[in-house]
Amino acid sequence: MYKVKVYVTLRENVLDPQGTAVKGALHSLSYREVQDVRIGKFMELVIEKSERDIEELVREMCEKLLANTVIEDYRYDIEEVVVQ
Amino acid sequence: MKFAVIVFPGSNCDVDMYHAIKDELGEEVEYVWHTADSLDAFDAILLPGGFSYGDYLRSGAIARFSNVMKAIQQAAEEGKPILGVCNGFQILLEAGLLPGAMRRNNSLKFICRPVALRVENNETMFTSLYEQGEVITIPIAHGEGNYYCDEETLQKLVDNRQIIFRYHDENPNGSLENIAGIMNETGNVLGMMPHPERAVDALLGSADGLKLFQSIVKYWRVKHVVTS
Repeated sequence: MYKVKVYVTLRENVLDPQGTAVKGALHSLSYREVQDVRIGKFMELVIEKSERDIEELVREMCEKLLANTVIEDYRYDIEEVVVQ
Repeated sequence: MKFAVIVFPGSNCDVDMYHAIKDELGEEVEYVWHTADSLDAFDAILLPGGFSYGDYLRSGAIARFSNVMKAIQQAAEEGKPILGVCNGFQILLEAGLLPGAMRRNNSLKFICRPVALRVENNETMFTSLYEQGEVITIPIAHGEGNYYCDEETLQKLVDNRQIIFRYHDENPNGSLENIAGIMNETGNVLGMMPHPERAVDALLGSADGLKLFQSIVKYWRVKHVVTS
């Protein structure tokens, strides 16, 4: 069994209106140090072991559905868990 | 001529679309549920606005894997007119039938009001009854209509005259190049954020959307009806 964490964020060159608004709010709370805020999505997947290579499988899911690669980047962490 | 209005769980402009075709345009129209296998019985396909699958993950991201999308892909290849409005446009983008993607409006607000649009290309099956450069009033109602594509794609859209509508005077959502509606390279798939089906009767504030549907009918008649 695998526990997979997928992070999806807007690409660097795509303006993030939510991140910009949150940065403004942090500044108004006087956190002047904040240079940039990017808002994204975090997904946790539990995936059963199969014949398919887990990394290949996750990448395929990201490309097909979890991220829209026209405007979004994705990264993931894969952790193997032993079912007791 | 027979129109299909595709209904996804969460579509909410399907009734407006049906009304526009049946009562204002005076053509045949049927609702088609998202599980349908075939659209062979229809001459044109309409994807209405709404919040298919609650806009979960991204607008249109889940609807684009609906069973009916295979038939829509086929209809697109056959050259049938396909119009996606608002969420329908978002679904066509997610499905790759049109290039680019939608971001949240730059104001982060859901905007619902009439806007002025400029007809950028009237040599299409969707716009032939408008004048080139005509400014029309059509309502918008969306939170994610901030169109984006990369530079290479934008250049292609410009070169092939695929940008059909632009926001005139002011851009409500921050879309690239004031884009409000684009079509595919072959010219039979149009996606637009404004709602022409809500502008089909002067009583509703504008009848400027009606000519879009009439243009489709005109195209179809010229192509299919033998005149003696």
